[in-house]
Amino acid sequence: MAKTLRHRVTPMLLGAGLLALGMSPAPAEELRIGYIAPVTGIFAQVGKDMVDGFQLYLSEHNNKLGGMDVKFIVEDDQGKPDAGVTKARKLILQDHVQMFIGGLLASTGYALAPVSTSEKTLYISSVSSADDLTQRQLGKYPYFMRTSWTSSLPHHPLGQWACDQGYKKVITIAADYAFGYETVGGFQAAFEACGGKVIQKIWPPLGTKDFGPYIPTFKADADAIFTTMVGPMALQFPKQLRSAGVKKPILGSGVSYDEFVLPFMGDEVIGDVSALHYSAAIDTPINQAFVKAYRAKFGKVPGYYSENNYTTAMWLDKAITKAGGKYPGPEEFIKIMASIKLDAPRGPVELDDMRNPIENVYIKKVEKKKMFGYDKDELWNTVIKTYPKVSQFWTEGKDKFLAHPVYDRDYPPCKYCE
Amino acid sequence: MTAQALKVVIVAVALAAFAYAVPHSGSFVILLATRAMAFAILAMSVDLLLGFTGLSSMGQAAYFGVGAYLTAICATKLHFGLGWDFWIVVLLGILLGAALAAFFGLLAIRASGVYFLMITLALGQCVWGLAYRWNSLTGGDNGINLSARPNFGLDLSNDVTFFYLVFSFFAVSMAAMYVLVRSPFGQSLAGIRERELRMQILGYNTWLHKYIAFIIAGGFGGLSGVLWAHTNGHVSPETLVLTTSVDSLLMVVLGGAGTLVGGCFGAAIVFGLREFLSTLVPWWQYVLGAVYVLTILYLPMGLMGIPERIRQNWRTQRKKEGPTNLTPKELASEPS
Repeated sequence: MAKTLRHRVTPMLLGAGLLALGMSPAPAEELRIGYIAPVTGIFAQVGKDMVDGFQLYLSEHNNKLGGMDVKFIVEDDQGKPDAGVTKARKLILQDHVQMFIGGLLASTGYALAPVSTSEKTLYISSVSSADDLTQRQLGKYPYFMRTSWTSSLPHHPLGQWACDQGYKKVITIAADYAFGYETVGGFQAAFEACGGKVIQKIWPPLGTKDFGPYIPTFKADADAIFTTMVGPMALQFPKQLRSAGVKKPILGSGVSYDEFVLPFMGDEVIGDVSALHYSAAIDTPINQAFVKAYRAKFGKVPGYYSENNYTTAMWLDKAITKAGGKYPGPEEFIKIMASIKLDAPRGPVELDDMRNPIENVYIKKVEKKKMFGYDKDELWNTVIKTYPKVSQFWTEGKDKFLAHPVYDRDYPPCKYCE
Repeated sequence: MTAQALKVVIVAVALAAFAYAVPHSGSFVILLATRAMAFAILAMSVDLLLGFTGLSSMGQAAYFGVGAYLTAICATKLHFGLGWDFWIVVLLGILLGAALAAFFGLLAIRASGVYFLMITLALGQCVWGLAYRWNSLTGGDNGINLSARPNFGLDLSNDVTFFYLVFSFFAVSMAAMYVLVRSPFGQSLAGIRERELRMQILGYNTWLHKYIAFIIAGGFGGLSGVLWAHTNGHVSPETLVLTTSVDSLLMVVLGGAGTLVGGCFGAAIVFGLREFLSTLVPWWQYVLGAVYVLTILYLPMGLMGIPERIRQNWRTQRKKEGPTNLTPKELASEPS
């Protein structure tokens, strides 16, 4: 009998427990924001930087956005798209959030956008940069907008810049996944449009730590190397490249030299060039104030992961104020967000008609110097050229750009590879 | 009523209570329960191998993955499987899982123990690699989004309806596997688990029996994958990554191998802990880890071993107290 009881009681208890968890209605005047970031797993540190960026703005403004009290609920997606979807639905169904924000990986962005459509809830992608979400697939996601960037956005100007420096032939080496393809694609398209040639494309698997097998295959006649390295790859690649005696200049994706990895890099990266829509070394009062506040609170220099989220919070603040201190529903809210021209730490930002930011792109060079009155010599991403108000469509124009397929492993094709 | 019949009744009652209670709770709970049940089918298929045949497969996510990718690719590329043809996809998913298992089984079944584990792990990773790199078909790292759930009179985009559908599949799978393990074939599997050599001497073709069990488990894995693809509407290489296989194995160990129900409890606990605990604390993974370690240390039979343990204690207590009046059957099951 004991066994019978236990078997019967357990499901009942479970049912009761689940019932209790299901009930938690939302008070009206609160702005409930769900936030999805990888707080555990291999991307945990990046996830923390994302959350910290958003929370810095909240704590600077008494936890209010546009006069509304904010209930900020962080959920852990472990860097897995599938887990992200479950968490997003949890936030919507159980916490009744008005919007959800975040998602680090491009794949997470692709997985979360349909949730916004099926649940008719606003999703703001504040980091995830998958190109097609605000390009060819936007039509499917009426409740989606982006405050960050598309992967190819900063790399078009970098391609142009490389061409302007007189580089004729470039090798690309990038992590073998969608983000790598899109960054290389952007660079290659702009570089070749200007007359340069990409002569070799190498795709080491995501998470490669030993580049020994790849470095000797580099073609000798290349003028420079374009790289997209993420996570631990970013630390290993320049070190191994330089110790192998290769002295060619590096043109990197901004994430390879983000402030998130910069403090852990050695002097071998000095002089490396990268491009992104943010640098902690932008010398404007608003950025200086942001860097100092962030560093005072979290003990490190903010990278783009933090800036993007700080700016997202700032953008929401302005929009809620403009909406009269309430949340007007996703469609109306996106219209209001689109009408705002923001002056963010990264510079002026506004939405284009495909709901992706138009923003400055900074060509940055790693330098060791003192900045913002800090007394130690540190590595900073000094801005050497600013491309103002860059659109995701670069100079091509929306229609022409959208006519070609999304950048992929084989697009643009490598015409000059042998 | 025999003890076995009583167990069946208990499980049936528990299932009925579950099917009644969940739709009356929060909508997120419904979603979670649906996911747990879809995954529990995979866990039970692992149990079929681990608990009943004594094969610890580390590649069960492969069959799960092909089922899920089949569903996603049919739905997005061929617009197939979103109406009544959903049932064909279910069938194809089962067949594809079984076919893949039939192929992998040829390579894996010859080995046993840790070698079997390594071969299945490697084969599972092959499928993962394929999903990750075959961009044109699988969408690579980005995976595939399913636009909608099937609608064949029954509109599955309604979470409650979908819950009942998955519940039916879950209950039927459980019943089918129960019948299977109680059948003479199932008994021969148990014999192989206990002592393969003896079974061979008795004249059984143990390789064939293991191979068939492997294929059946693959079929259930495929079914589980088809349902899984529709729970979240998203399939990516993460769906069939190694941790999915490990998860299913851990769920079975946690719940108790060789019980079928154990895997379901394991799935419920892992999904519950993962989703609710991760909302509360950032160090939830330590809790999950501690649960695993403590279970293996103190409950080698898993959670389903608890009643057995209490019964044993109770019996030893009774033996100490006085002359026993155990039936011969109870005596036979006495631990030695």
